[in-house]
Amino acid sequence: MDPLRRSPSPCSSRASSPRTPPCEMLGFVGIEAVLDQLKIKAMKMGFEFNIMVVGQSGLGKSTMVNTLFKSKMWKSTPPGLGQGPMPQTLQLHSVTHVIEEKGLKLKLTVTDTPGFGDQINNDKCWDPILGYINEQYEQYLQEEILITRQRYIPDTRVHCCIYFVPPTGHCLRPLDIEFLQRLCRTVNVVPVIARADSLTIEERENFRRRIQHNLKTHCIDVYPQKCFDEDISDKILNSKIRDRIPFAVVGADREHLVNGKCVLGRKTKWGIIEVENMAHCEFALLRDLLIRSHLQDLKDITHNVHYENYRVCRLNESHMLPRGPGWVNLAPAPPSVPTTPGPSKARQKVHNNFTEEW
Amino acid sequence: MEAEANSGSPEDSWAFFQRPGEGCRTVPLAGHVGFDSLPDQLVNKSVSQGFCFNILCVGETGLGKSTLMDTLFNTKFEGEPATHTQPGVQLRSNTYDLQESNVGLKLTIVSTVGFGDQINKEDSYKPIVEFIDAQFEAYLQEELKIRRVLHTYHDSRIHACLYFIAPTGHSLKSLDLVTMKKLDSKVNIIPIIAKSDAISKSELTKFKIKITSELVSNGVQIYQFPTDDESVAEINGTMNAHLPFAVIGSTEELKIGNKMMKARQYPWGTVQVENEAHCDFVKLREMLIRVNMEDLREQTHSRHYELYRRCKLEEMGFKDTDPDSKPFSLQETYEAKRNEFLGELQKKEEEMRQMFVQRVKEKEAELKEAEKELHEKFDRLKKLHQDEKKKLEDKKKSLDDEVNAFKQRKTAAELLQSQGSQAGGSQTLKRDKEKKNFF
Repeated sequence: MDPLRRSPSPCSSRASSPRTPPCEMLGFVGIEAVLDQLKIKAMKMGFEFNIMVVGQSGLGKSTMVNTLFKSKMWKSTPPGLGQGPMPQTLQLHSVTHVIEEKGLKLKLTVTDTPGFGDQINNDKCWDPILGYINEQYEQYLQEEILITRQRYIPDTRVHCCIYFVPPTGHCLRPLDIEFLQRLCRTVNVVPVIARADSLTIEERENFRRRIQHNLKTHCIDVYPQKCFDEDISDKILNSKIRDRIPFAVVGADREHLVNGKCVLGRKTKWGIIEVENMAHCEFALLRDLLIRSHLQDLKDITHNVHYENYRVCRLNESHMLPRGPGWVNLAPAPPSVPTTPGPSKARQKVHNNFTEEW
Repeated sequence: MEAEANSGSPEDSWAFFQRPGEGCRTVPLAGHVGFDSLPDQLVNKSVSQGFCFNILCVGETGLGKSTLMDTLFNTKFEGEPATHTQPGVQLRSNTYDLQESNVGLKLTIVSTVGFGDQINKEDSYKPIVEFIDAQFEAYLQEELKIRRVLHTYHDSRIHACLYFIAPTGHSLKSLDLVTMKKLDSKVNIIPIIAKSDAISKSELTKFKIKITSELVSNGVQIYQFPTDDESVAEINGTMNAHLPFAVIGSTEELKIGNKMMKARQYPWGTVQVENEAHCDFVKLREMLIRVNMEDLREQTHSRHYELYRRCKLEEMGFKDTDPDSKPFSLQETYEAKRNEFLGELQKKEEEMRQMFVQRVKEKEAELKEAEKELHEKFDRLKKLHQDEKKKLEDKKKSLDDEVNAFKQRKTAAELLQSQGSQAGGSQTLKRDKEKKNFF
């Protein structure tokens, strides 16, 4: 049973509260003012957002992040120079910045995954990533079950994972499919076609259709998930988005002069690809989805669905296992993450049961 | 970290952004990114979910609690006024769905019934405290569940407690002090002076000063409107000085000037509810609904509920760290408690089974007794019958004997008669003799 499909919409209006009689108010009371109070509180507290970019090297992940948040989050790795030998295993780098706009502070954490899919044998290369995501859930869970807990639990859980699909033009590769299958159950995944300037418009459309078909065949539920649409307006909006997923994006952090305006773009011998031009690429759609319209939704789904699923698994797991080599305590977190198959047979069996359940 | 949980200072929210050692730097933006729409996104989400607000009205019967609620929310909530003859304090809870433009509010109003009516008021505060604790407990249970749905959970915790003070003009009653002292660590208390049209202005100022000084000297923590955010600091600060609010409730509308206003009519004048010079109703409405509703909910969740949760979990035996300062496993304690609980259940089951078996035995013995009695009775009756029968048979036998004897005599007599008729006269003599003998 897929818990994603089983659980009801995470942010729906109270379905479980008792039936109450509606009351007619004869005059203005001022309940609306609570919205302003909420806004003030939100502005005071600030926001947090954690994003992860996954993809092979050279697909423009760091540039994309810089373009999205219009700042030098990362030094984009110049090809060939610097680095040294390729990292043998997948390492995750996290960088946190605070950005402010119109008095609103956002603490942004970007996690990069250099070395993903770069080895010759890429078997189980998703394990460190899954491990990292689960580790964040674990940290939050630990904070939540303390007796004396903090007023605001710092949220390091990954809210959104952008997966960069290389622009082959054919279809999703087995590595992509494996990774997406595993990840879409744990975190919100937004696949994008990277370096889309190497595909023509028709090639893009065909590629997109094929990817969508692949996603459907393998039951990969990417964000925005259909089962969490609450009402008609959400459905309509999200269907439009789902139609265009995966977005074909181009990242650029240099500005060029086009028609007298300074725009972000890539300059090539045959023209300038404007990043923010909808006719050139769909970067604007991605940015709108992630930041301007669905940021809060991403956070809510992470908190209400993915985190709760993790918590259920975690609490059930420790429950069912007998004391012994496979015993998992909630407080001292085991050195190896619970979802990866451990050495003990008991844990292996439980893990298999759970994967069957998914 | 501990300081963060307790302080309400403005640095509070930023402390977690700038934790030491993290090296979080502020990066300048080269253009408009667009996340300033975040508060709007948040607000839209909240609007679609709806809000809920729970008010508890504590006060003696007849102080105008229901009327004040009707006036505050501009509507007529149903309910009949309570009598003075309640044997104990009870709480009456009602939930209503209010809608104003696009904001939906689920309002729950809980009222005490029979508060202050008993002769012995020592335990009057107990039902109230129990009710508040029960709401916290329900939320805690939901939070501790393995599969929980906190985002659709109907939050029934009390966000604000309006304490109605009787307008005596002198000071607080001891019942008020005791109750408020018991409630101040569990809920946000806002004391208000009810039916304040019974007090004149000068008396009112003295009354307010007396009340505040009594509260302070007894260490009662009433809810202070927050003054840390600049946009509301000023208004909240001035309002804090006006506590407790002197309010009047009225749902009747009277024509004053050329407008319809809520007011109370007396022969000596009309008291207008929404006139700030007459009473503090407008201030109460501002503070309770328009300015601080969110803060009340936040305080309930982050201060009162956390305190309750901490106490409850510690009571249940959970600890954060054991003596070796190794973090204790919540799960281990869970397991231990669970086993204990199961053991107890089993024991209870055994007990019940034993009791059942015993009862069955007793019942069996009783039934056996009854059966035996019945048998005995039956035997007795049978014997009685037999005796009767025997007697009757004996009588019958004797009767038969007599009949036989008579028949014999008759035949003997007839024989003699036939002999005697041959013998002559001596027959008659004999017959006479016979007759004589016979009779």
